[in-house]
Amino acid sequence: MDLTTIWAFIIAFAVFAYVVMDGFDLGIGILFPTFDPGRERDRAMNSIAPVWDGNETWLVLGGGGLFAAFPLAYAVILPATYPLISAMLLGLVFRGVAFEYRWRDPSHRRLWDFAFTGGSLVAAMAQGMTLGALLQGIEVSGRSYAGSWWDWLTPYTLLTGLGTVAGYALLGATWLIWKLDGEGQAHARKLALRAAVATLALMGAVSIYNVLLNAEYAARWLTAPEIYFAAPVPIITAIVAISLLRAVRKERNSKPFWLSLLLFFFGMAGLGVTIWPFVIPPDVTIWDAAAPERSQVFMLVGVAITMPLIIAYTAWAYWVFRGKVEDEGYH
Amino acid sequence: MMFDGLDALLLARIQFAFTVSFHFFFPAFTIGLASYLAVLEGLWLKTGKPLYLDLFKYWVKIFAITFAMGVVSGIVMSYQFGTNWSVFSDIAGPVIGPLMAYEVLTAFFLEAGFLGVMLFGMNKVGRKLHFAATLMVALGTFVSAFWILSVNSWMQTPVGYEIGANGQYLPGESWLAIIFNPSFPYRLVHTVLAAYLTTAFVVGGVGAYHLLKTRENLHARKMFSMAMWMAAIVAPIQIFAGDMHGLNTMEHQPQKVMAMEGHYESHPDGAPLYLFGIPNDEEQRLDYALGIPKLSSLILKHDLDAPVDGLDTIPDDEQPPVFLVFWAFRIMIAIGLGMMAIGMWSLLARWRGKLYEWTWLHRAALVMGPSGFLAVLCGWITTEVGRQPYVIYGMLRTADAASPLEAPAVGASLLAFILVYFSVFGAGVWYILHLMHKAPHVGELGAKRGDTGPIRTAGFTPGPTQNPGHAETLPGSKEEVD
Ligand code: HDD
Ligand code: HEM
Ligand code: HEM
Repeated sequence: MDLTTIWAFIIAFAVFAYVVMDGFDLGIGILFPTFDPGRERDRAMNSIAPVWDGNETWLVLGGGGLFAAFPLAYAVILPATYPLISAMLLGLVFRGVAFEYRWRDPSHRRLWDFAFTGGSLVAAMAQGMTLGALLQGIEVSGRSYAGSWWDWLTPYTLLTGLGTVAGYALLGATWLIWKLDGEGQAHARKLALRAAVATLALMGAVSIYNVLLNAEYAARWLTAPEIYFAAPVPIITAIVAISLLRAVRKERNSKPFWLSLLLFFFGMAGLGVTIWPFVIPPDVTIWDAAAPERSQVFMLVGVAITMPLIIAYTAWAYWVFRGKVEDEGYH
Repeated sequence: MMFDGLDALLLARIQFAFTVSFHFFFPAFTIGLASYLAVLEGLWLKTGKPLYLDLFKYWVKIFAITFAMGVVSGIVMSYQFGTNWSVFSDIAGPVIGPLMAYEVLTAFFLEAGFLGVMLFGMNKVGRKLHFAATLMVALGTFVSAFWILSVNSWMQTPVGYEIGANGQYLPGESWLAIIFNPSFPYRLVHTVLAAYLTTAFVVGGVGAYHLLKTRENLHARKMFSMAMWMAAIVAPIQIFAGDMHGLNTMEHQPQKVMAMEGHYESHPDGAPLYLFGIPNDEEQRLDYALGIPKLSSLILKHDLDAPVDGLDTIPDDEQPPVFLVFWAFRIMIAIGLGMMAIGMWSLLARWRGKLYEWTWLHRAALVMGPSGFLAVLCGWITTEVGRQPYVIYGMLRTADAASPLEAPAVGASLLAFILVYFSVFGAGVWYILHLMHKAPHVGELGAKRGDTGPIRTAGFTPGPTQNPGHAETLPGSKEEVD
């Protein structure tokens, strides 16, 4: 495997880590209004308060890594999705400060709860639509973006946006099944079922759309030999989806969360098959956009040294706050 | 549309300057505060005195809010390069991208990974591990400054690169040459000291405020005393570092120093140091100039009669706008001298045994409380505007670095950023001031407590009854133990 391919996998890993980890944070934000304003909301928020910042850092690694390893992609995708990125950043501002502000200002707690939900929803929707905008293709001329500033808005991107919102809600709900008990947990179960159904429906719709509307993608999925690699992905996804629904019904504790992760993993693998080897479909491959070898090697050394450490202390931080959220001790 | 009259480049510049200035206010405070918290916790572990733990808990609440604002405004920054400066990102990405990736890997993850334990983990991991987490957060803030200042410095004094066939800047043989580019050591020292000073003056200002209310408050005394030591020791070092920084700039970016000094004309035999003047770029002269003869030559060249070149030696289209640079520089210097004066005054008071009695010193320290933020902002304006018209000094013009965007897109997002930043960060600053307004007291609560706040029962918090002797000396704050 060449360096550029390795870097494509590292970026994909960072994006995946971000999507699932901040995914459950944002999902809890999206589901927040359905929880009782009192203790239930406090506990839902406390279940992520010590980890959300670390989760969000994967977004910085995804963006920063793209900048460093595929500068051309960074320089084309961001202007092409400018309003989406701006909306996402502002959404994350509201979401992030709400963690602190709602405790500081009980008389405006409703307001910051609203900011928490609104910010999470906007960020999730914008991320999903950015993904859609990328998949549907970006117009490039020379080394820069050549489209207009509304190109990203299509029915397809709306669909990917909604799919992401539903998927994050699923992650959030299954996380809460794991971290809460009693009524809160029962409520999270109900939410998880609905979110799972919505997610699966939207995933299906996006897949069909991909195949029907884009000859290139269709070729990738429906002709031999690609089909032998590609076919297992939807089949496994279906198996995971069924186990997930059963795990929620059977009132399992942490299993629904792990199965949701797996669902996301295969969803992303599917997207990987769809887009490979382009970083900006339909014209720019990862090799066109790659930084020179010296940059890639230098960073790879850094990743090799720091990534095991990062994973270790992140795991430790999760371990410290393991188990059901208690009323005591978090503050 | 409302933005049609403006050009996208100008809007993008305003947007970048606005978001980065806002962002930098928070690190300027958290870099110093994280270290201060580590010192407080270390002292508590060493001496066992609950006073230090109280101070730790008092400041950690303020830290948590500031840090959250720093994080969310920082994430905006990491995408600003691509959204607004895509041409720059494409061609400079291979050199500065890896440095920023290192920042994420070595600093941001470190801070974020240990922050949760630092804020909420005191009862979960025990004292030693908790202290380790605090140290990691403090280390993370410093490492973050290291990398991002290296990036910025490379843009000021680019070295160690090759130009590729596609116009990209490519890294040369040695990454160390790029990281430790000529202006980086000076900028790192000066900026980190600036963060420490900013924090020291905030802490000192809060201490002074509570001393003015109740002189007996032991917590306020301790804060004030610690902050004044910092002022007395670090302010002179900062001035020295700033002088070195300026000499380095003169070597690498002479026209920036010309703008800082207001030297439109060359002075073949000794240049004056202008204290006042209104820079007039059009006529290329300093109106209403008031200066001390030959002093500038003495400062810049350490010789009264040394010749000093002026902007008349620089083509017009390579000159920075002088007005902002000239005045921002003067404000920074004035604040630096003011900080040193407070430091010296506090030494005198200490020597006379009146550190907690001299109310005029306390008033002055209170007024100077926020001055570090202004100095930091002015310092950056000097640095960044003084670099214009280039983004990569001498190589890439700002005008050639911008994204191919339409003015309405940039204008609308700029407007959104302005509205959101002022309201959201305004609220955050309000909460911080609210916390500062409360006197530090025995049995401070931890980082987070709702009105459901379970920390009350937490084992680590020494309740007032456990320290009767301690609480006795605190008439002003007893009733505040809630
Ligand atoms: C508390 C903050 C603070 C204080 C009191 C001072 N500075 Fe400063 N200054 C900064 C905070 C700062 C800064 C924000 O950290 C800057 C911006 C970029 C940089 O490298 O440091 C800066 C930049 C900066 C520059 C521009 C360097 C360049 O070309 O990029 C010079 C020449 C000085 N400073 C010199 C001084 C002197 C002589 C001071 C003392 C009287 C002084 N500064 C006080
Ligand atoms: C270390 C990280 C930084 C980098 C890489 C950086 C880079 C840049 C870039 C690319 C520009 C665009 C040129 C332009 O807009 O005209 C700029 C402008 C500017 N930056 Fe920085 N900057 C950094 C930190 C800061 C900080 C911390 C501040 C202030 C607190 C600041 C203040 C400004 C200002 C005021 C401008 C506008 C200058 C003008 O429009 O003439 N910068 N900077
Ligand atoms: C344009 C330049 C800059 C960019 C792109 C940038 C990016 C970021 C990002 C993405 C974060 C959030 C990290 C997280 O998720 O935990 C952050 C926080 C931080 N940044 Fe910046 N930053 C810039 C300028 C600066 C400068 C000039 C300094 C200091 C000298 C600095 C110091 C910090 C620190 C200490 C934090 C931790 C949070 C805080 O203390 O508020 N940054 N920055």
